[in-house]
Amino acid sequence: MDRPAVIVIGAGPAGIRAAARLVQAGLRPVLIEEGGREGGQIYRRQPANFTRPPAALYGADAGRATRLHGDFAALRAQIDWRPETLAWGVTEDGLMLLREGRAEALPWQAMILATGATERVMPVPGWTLPGVYGLGGAQIALKAQAALIGQRPVFLGTGPLLYLVAWQYAKAGADVQAVLDTSPWHLRLRAAPWLAARPGMLARGLRYTADLRRRGVRLAGGVTPLGIEGEGQVAALRWRDAAGREQRTECDAIGLGHGLRSETQLADLLQCDFAFDPVARQWLPVRDADGRSTRTGVYLAGDGALARGADAAEAAGQLAACAALRDLGHPVDELEMTTLRGRLRPMGRFRRGIETAFPWPARLAAGLPDETVICRCESITAGDIRASARALDAPEVNRAKAFIRAGMGRCQGRVCGLAAAEVLAAARGVPVEQVGRLRGAAPVKPLPAATEFAE
Amino acid sequence: MAGLFHRIGERERRPVRLVVDGTPLEALEGDTLLVAILTQRAALRLNEFDGGPRAGFCLMGACQDCRVWTEAGESLRACSTPVAEGMRILTREVAWTGQP
Repeated sequence: MDRPAVIVIGAGPAGIRAAARLVQAGLRPVLIEEGGREGGQIYRRQPANFTRPPAALYGADAGRATRLHGDFAALRAQIDWRPETLAWGVTEDGLMLLREGRAEALPWQAMILATGATERVMPVPGWTLPGVYGLGGAQIALKAQAALIGQRPVFLGTGPLLYLVAWQYAKAGADVQAVLDTSPWHLRLRAAPWLAARPGMLARGLRYTADLRRRGVRLAGGVTPLGIEGEGQVAALRWRDAAGREQRTECDAIGLGHGLRSETQLADLLQCDFAFDPVARQWLPVRDADGRSTRTGVYLAGDGALARGADAAEAAGQLAACAALRDLGHPVDELEMTTLRGRLRPMGRFRRGIETAFPWPARLAAGLPDETVICRCESITAGDIRASARALDAPEVNRAKAFIRAGMGRCQGRVCGLAAAEVLAAARGVPVEQVGRLRGAAPVKPLPAATEFAE
Repeated sequence: MAGLFHRIGERERRPVRLVVDGTPLEALEGDTLLVAILTQRAALRLNEFDGGPRAGFCLMGACQDCRVWTEAGESLRACSTPVAEGMRILTREVAWTGQP
């Protein structure tokens, strides 16, 4: 048996930079990736037989994307590269993997979790209708499959991705019907001092908005979504504008999302400590400035630790690898770590600005009609959650899950968890941090019934 | 039945033939099952709890709302499964036979 491995989970910007730094120190890390190719979501690669150039896929980030992909290609022979491999559980003794239907446990001595993020979504009545997709999903359709989720889409939600995806769709030829932001415009002024930490990113965001306006796309802020209509697929969105007037916009698809939520299941299974982050209104694994979790040998980097975007992920990945190397007894120059910490500082401020300008619309949870589906997996409604809060007296989300299965479906609360917590907290009249967080359970994603387990 | 998704390019790929619910469906090499099906249909499956049509949501393997089945009963996540020649797919669950 080989020595226990140093493992990096996730081959996005954080994971690739972490693996590269470990290789630089003479290690041969294992790099686990659930998808087939490297890049993560933002620098996701199209299938090998697609021909669009990087500039068409990544726009202003084409240089960064190409560099990351190129560096990975150079790295590949020096690492134990395991694509299409799901890390579905972890104990002291081993990381549980699934590849091509076979499960195995990989002994580990250090682990860098670069597991990324998924959409943070506030449900809207009717959001289970075909044609409603996460903003990230809408972008993946375009980037990785050269397809649009619809020809006349509405983009609804908040955050930088709302405008970026709307702009990418408009540029690709979609007739974007509206871009509807749940955040009121005035919050951007309040956020301006923090957003100024990254003038280039700020300017880019303003450019997308200006270009959408120039194309005649309807933009509205401070909206309240009321419901999605359609028979078998999306036909229209009803919403209330900032002045309180009811509006109805016809469309054939909706891109929906309110920022990002970190994928933290493995950190949870490893019993890392979590703390409530009042800015993101999420429970996140506790880490020091270099990415050390509260558990020895476990490090956190990228959007899976704190959603700060791809540039921060690259720096945080390298920094977490430096911390791991140092803890394993390898020499690491302090200057390198100081430089990386310095690079992350403005990104932390910028993230604060983003969360201020485009907050998670927690206020909407209390107003969702009882019949609104919150859990897509098992069609559990806002009314079910309120009943568990009141009649069944569930004080926190895990009790509510035990009573009514909210968060127990196949996605394990990835999609509904944050919204379900808000509905529960609103029904009990307590701050959301008081209803806790859904605990993770292995397998963190469904395993096929035919899985073979190694002896 | 009209599809939800619309291709905007990359059409010069090799055709791949599938069978979905017994009906031939032509996809392109490199398509995910989700895109192959939704460029021609408006749903992937029916939800087990409310019976409503579903067509996936996250497209990145997190939401598990795009499950389809092989005729042998194996469930597949359509958003992260590439199409392959001769695949036989069902949009409703059947009894699992244990045969690949």
